[in-house]
Amino acid sequence: MAESTGFTRRHFLTVATAVTGGVGAIATAVPFALSFKPSARAQALGAPVEVDVSKIELGALLKVEWRGRLIYILRRSPDMLAELKKDADLLRDPTSQDSTQPSYAQNEYRSIRPEFLVMEGVCTHLGCAPAPRFEVAPVDLGPTWPGGFYCPCHGSKFDLAGRVFTGVPAPTNLTVPPYRFVNDSTIQIGSDTENS
Amino acid sequence: MASTEADVFDRLGRGLRSLGAWIDDRFPMTKLIKEHATEYYASKNFNFWYGFGVIATVVLVMQLVTGIFLTMNYKPSSDDAFASVEYIMRDVEWGWLIRYLHSTGASAFFIVVYLHMFRGLLYGSYKKPRELVWIIGMFIYLCLMAEAFFGYLLPWGNMSYWGAQVIVSLFGAIPVIGNGLSEWIRGDFYISDITLNRFFAFHVIAVPLALIGLVVVHIMALHEVGSNNPDGIEIKEHKGKDGKPIDGVAFHPYHTSKDLVIVIVFLILFSAVVFFAPDMGGYFLEHANFEPANPLQTPPHIAPVWYFTPFYAMLRAVPDKLLGVVFMGSAVLLPFFLPWLDRCRVKSIRYRGWMYKVSLMVFAVTFLTLGYLGLQQPTPPVVVLCRIFTILYFAFFFLMPFYSRAEKTKPVPARVTP
Repeated sequence: MAESTGFTRRHFLTVATAVTGGVGAIATAVPFALSFKPSARAQALGAPVEVDVSKIELGALLKVEWRGRLIYILRRSPDMLAELKKDADLLRDPTSQDSTQPSYAQNEYRSIRPEFLVMEGVCTHLGCAPAPRFEVAPVDLGPTWPGGFYCPCHGSKFDLAGRVFTGVPAPTNLTVPPYRFVNDSTIQIGSDTENS
Repeated sequence: MASTEADVFDRLGRGLRSLGAWIDDRFPMTKLIKEHATEYYASKNFNFWYGFGVIATVVLVMQLVTGIFLTMNYKPSSDDAFASVEYIMRDVEWGWLIRYLHSTGASAFFIVVYLHMFRGLLYGSYKKPRELVWIIGMFIYLCLMAEAFFGYLLPWGNMSYWGAQVIVSLFGAIPVIGNGLSEWIRGDFYISDITLNRFFAFHVIAVPLALIGLVVVHIMALHEVGSNNPDGIEIKEHKGKDGKPIDGVAFHPYHTSKDLVIVIVFLILFSAVVFFAPDMGGYFLEHANFEPANPLQTPPHIAPVWYFTPFYAMLRAVPDKLLGVVFMGSAVLLPFFLPWLDRCRVKSIRYRGWMYKVSLMVFAVTFLTLGYLGLQQPTPPVVVLCRIFTILYFAFFFLMPFYSRAEKTKPVPARVTP
């Protein structure tokens, strides 16, 4: 007969009891951990919002809130749109391959209509609101600055289509939320023809 | 007359003694007092660097007491929080004092703890046999950071709001689970009433409980191995005939009476700040936090409170989201490994070679400079400096196994020197 391992019925019962108790403790922790998730009420407060964009002046930025997120609506002038074609070599993701946007906004203007840029004013680095800096080549941002958005928190830079510059901490372009034109002057943010 | 009076006191004394005996039969009161005070021997050559542990304990008690009184008038909801803090400041009797004690106490806690940790670096207090004292201390430091972070959201000012936004977003940098994790921490899709309410729960219940438990464990571990001293030698190795360390004196009354003076000096300086500069020119209470949280407007210049800025500077130094978070996280965690990174047998800086002396001074300057840079706007020259000093910070730890082994030390005396 092989030498006894010393493992007895008592040992087995002790281990089995401990394991069962441990599983119970983990199972009990689950409801507590899940109570941390967004509640049903928090999830329900995400309805689409409608914005009248006809009164925005050319070159002006409108800030609205959707799901507690800051949404930028920028009415771009022809000069601003022309600037977008020149800055491709400053950008990390000029064609928005690695960024988040609906397919209808994955174009050179990142918008449905070139004139209106709709995007989240939430830096893809750590969530600050990038500040509008539309002037070309100001002193603090240097001579190559084509106008765009500058995040005050960690210095990330984005162009007038929310495309991220190279050499800054933000990894991707600013996110474009789902939106659609209800009519010529009204945008609805949070719903679109693809996913509604 | 006189004999009657002596008689009364004599009877009172006997009564107290029998009460003590009654308790000692049921609870180790006298035993605990002896172990941790009257018969706990600590080196007789302590200098002022050895006062910061006691000061930290005093600040902890002050934060607990003022915190309890603040919760009596504070309302943890996004609609009421900012107004309730203003209410405490303006309408509650002495509310301004209680709040300023608490807000100044937060900064004081970090000043004291940083100096306390620097003392450890000076005299090798993290080395064998005190590795666990150091590690438990590092856990206290982590808890303190969590406590400060959760507490900073509570006034619901604009800097509170965006500070929380940035820190919670840090978790979003973790691949795959990151975004879900940030959402789980916030309990919402943005920093909201729900987030504020749970941060309140962490700040007033969960973290303080952990903090108190860790402080008790920190002191128990320290009293098991005995305190280090500026010479970095073990006083237990030279005991007198009575079995007590020759170079040690009892914690009570000798160290306590000296600590009382240290605490009074600290309280004088502390009161000066509370009464004359409670916001410390925007460093202890940031200007942007005097306006209510505004989810639509990031303050033009956002920086955490000064005690986090060394790590914040490192985050900004790295032009990559995930790597930035990795650098910042490892900068906080690296000191945990100090007991094993340092290969030198000599503890105190008094007897160590020039390599450690230079490294430690460079490290101290690096930490302070990073703290300063973290407060500045992230302009290109600032970012370059951040990168240089981030490398120096990491070099201190990663080169330590090499220079600490190679350095030439001086002979260490057997007994403590004055």
